[in-house]
Amino acid sequence: MSSSDSRNGKDREATTLSRRSIFKMGLATGIAVPMSALGQAPNRLRPQPGDQLVFEEGANQDELVRPELLELEQRPLSALARDPETQVLRDGSRLNRVMITRIDPQKLTARYQANAAEGVIAYSAVCTHTGCDVINWDAGQLRMACPCHESQFDIYDGANVVGGPAPRPLAMLPLEVVDGVVIVAAGFRGRVGFTQQF
Amino acid sequence: MIIRSSILLCCSLISSLLFAQDLPPYNPVTAERLLNPEESNWLMYRGSYDSHGYSSLDEINTDNVDGLVPVWSFSTGLREGHQAPPIVNDGYMYVTTPQNHILAINARTGDLIWRYVRYLPDDLQQFHPTNRGVALFGDRVYMATVDAFLVSLDALTGELIWEVAVEDYYNGYYMTMAPLIADGNVMVGVSGGELGIRGFVAAYDVMTGEEQWKTYTIPAPGEPGSESWPGDTWQTGGVPVWLTGSYDPELNLAYWGTGNGGPWMGDTRPGDNLYSSSVIALDVTTGELKNHHQYHWNDSWDWDEVSAPLLIDFQRNGESVNGMVHPGRNGYLWFLEREADAINFVDANPYVYQDVFTSIDPVSGRPEYDMTKKPGTGYEANFCPSLWGGKDWPPAAFDPESRLLFIPANDNVCSTMVGEEIQYSPGRSYMGRGTSENGGFFVRPGTDHIGELQAWNVDTGERAWTTTFESQNWGPVLATAGDLVFMGGTNDRYFRAFDSSSGEILWQQRTNSGITGVPVTYTLDGKQYIAVQSGWGVDAQREQNLLNMAKGENHYVPQGGVIWVFALPD
Repeated sequence: MSSSDSRNGKDREATTLSRRSIFKMGLATGIAVPMSALGQAPNRLRPQPGDQLVFEEGANQDELVRPELLELEQRPLSALARDPETQVLRDGSRLNRVMITRIDPQKLTARYQANAAEGVIAYSAVCTHTGCDVINWDAGQLRMACPCHESQFDIYDGANVVGGPAPRPLAMLPLEVVDGVVIVAAGFRGRVGFTQQF
Repeated sequence: MIIRSSILLCCSLISSLLFAQDLPPYNPVTAERLLNPEESNWLMYRGSYDSHGYSSLDEINTDNVDGLVPVWSFSTGLREGHQAPPIVNDGYMYVTTPQNHILAINARTGDLIWRYVRYLPDDLQQFHPTNRGVALFGDRVYMATVDAFLVSLDALTGELIWEVAVEDYYNGYYMTMAPLIADGNVMVGVSGGELGIRGFVAAYDVMTGEEQWKTYTIPAPGEPGSESWPGDTWQTGGVPVWLTGSYDPELNLAYWGTGNGGPWMGDTRPGDNLYSSSVIALDVTTGELKNHHQYHWNDSWDWDEVSAPLLIDFQRNGESVNGMVHPGRNGYLWFLEREADAINFVDANPYVYQDVFTSIDPVSGRPEYDMTKKPGTGYEANFCPSLWGGKDWPPAAFDPESRLLFIPANDNVCSTMVGEEIQYSPGRSYMGRGTSENGGFFVRPGTDHIGELQAWNVDTGERAWTTTFESQNWGPVLATAGDLVFMGGTNDRYFRAFDSSSGEILWQQRTNSGITGVPVTYTLDGKQYIAVQSGWGVDAQREQNLLNMAKGENHYVPQGGVIWVFALPD
């Protein structure tokens, strides 16, 4: 078998980072972007414990996520994590994006309840099938849906797959509320994105 | 642009495989061979530059096709849409799969020679997880990748010779088509119309990978046609090119079908939106856009017209027309005339139920619309055919002897669509389609089938026959001089042979999965073979999901790719 590893995802991400994210961040913050201990720019890191969440769309775009800004069972909105110390927005990878909404905690499957905070839940925005953004919403059945191949995810059951070709649930991001602000409690539960077949 | 020199991997294994298999010397693919492909091989996506999808082989014919049996099969180990034709060159077979693997196979034995595996970025999104095949030239194999690279490999070893970044996948660009090689250039177009790209076709030196030209499908301000795009909409207006073009060597023009504009709702980009939903003629040497014909303007239905027209000279009113024929996604069968400096409209008629066009201008071919059938931002409309059209990407075929054009069609399915406001963000969904009941999809009441194989006489413009299927049809078509048409495409997993004069099913084989692969035929040592990939996925599966919802059923089509090769018993 032969294979090409001369240009893998990491190479590509590095290219993307240098050209887009660092430049963009430099413009936004006016400061040099430090690299993390892992050698990854902080805006590329997945949401970290203690990060705040910021609306990426909707009426409260760019504001911190607070439970009262979300209506019960509303269409999920995209959000990004932000380091409260450095104010670095973790927008360096589309794998960092989450979809947030508010649910009735009593109806959430028991084993996922610890991941919700005052009814606010967050799932990865990236479909586990082929990596598309899960932006559609079935308000009648309370399902997140992927526009690419019709995969559907039950928001009350840990985003388990209830339709379409997705092989796994969406990763869930555990949350907590501190001083009225939604905070990331821990890293993603589950793998984010699609898994390449070989 | 990124060009890297080769890196040899696993060469000892490859060499030993080559030695052990006692393969024949590789027959380099020349420009002359591409211009006049021998019937014993299948050297390009549709077999020949005119995109006929036709072979003059006739060992397998209407008298004996019922004896067709599998010779060998090969599991690809991958799921999703296996749409590529097995490309065959004197005993060497090259097959691409979803996730951009290339399998080089000994066509005699079914043994693997080498396998190219592309490592895809974790943050890639694949709207269409498929690939539609390699191109061959010299002793090289070429593939366009879903992370928007063009790669060139050694046909004997699979060694990567160079790769070129055609565009940035992070901004929504990707590729699924088989490249087109002509006049020393390897040409590709880009997908990503759902993601706010600006479509183009680009050409690279077939040996070095150096970019030769790049022609956008949306004119920049000041260029002809730019007045059809308001404001900055041209920068993110879509108009992808995601299927292989046809090539007329006498005119040195390649004809490419283009996709719809983006976002999907036409009211977000008032104007004709040239050159969306069109055929464009590009000079292969310079990339100059010489002429075009727009099938329909200001699309709001997701009716890509990316299938390249078949280059067919047909009769009209007692005269021969140097022509092109296109079964449109918009449900009309288009007959056009191709000249060095113009594409002229000849005629067009619906080949499936279509309730949007109210008339076609007899001179220009410009349609008028029933505007109640045109969805918009905040305005929901029903329309037929569905967003997948009368025919989506699966290619039609043409038999020059019988003069019949074979169309893999879908009738009686319709869409409901509504637009919603959307903001552009690089690489993110930029369709602006809102949510409609039942996934925005429905079957016309009182109808009994969806899939069709249609035959049309190109000289009379009349339909010769139609064979129907309850299932949707996503089957590319192969026509042969054995008076046969080969096609799969239905959700019952069958691969079938039809009598080309009547549409009667003469043979069928149930396979592992549904067939959306392009069938081919070739010979080895004078014996004729038929090859096709079975591997359901992408939009065929997506439509199945919606049909299940509409019908309250749960029809299951297993996934997983297998290459099948058939022949008559010795």
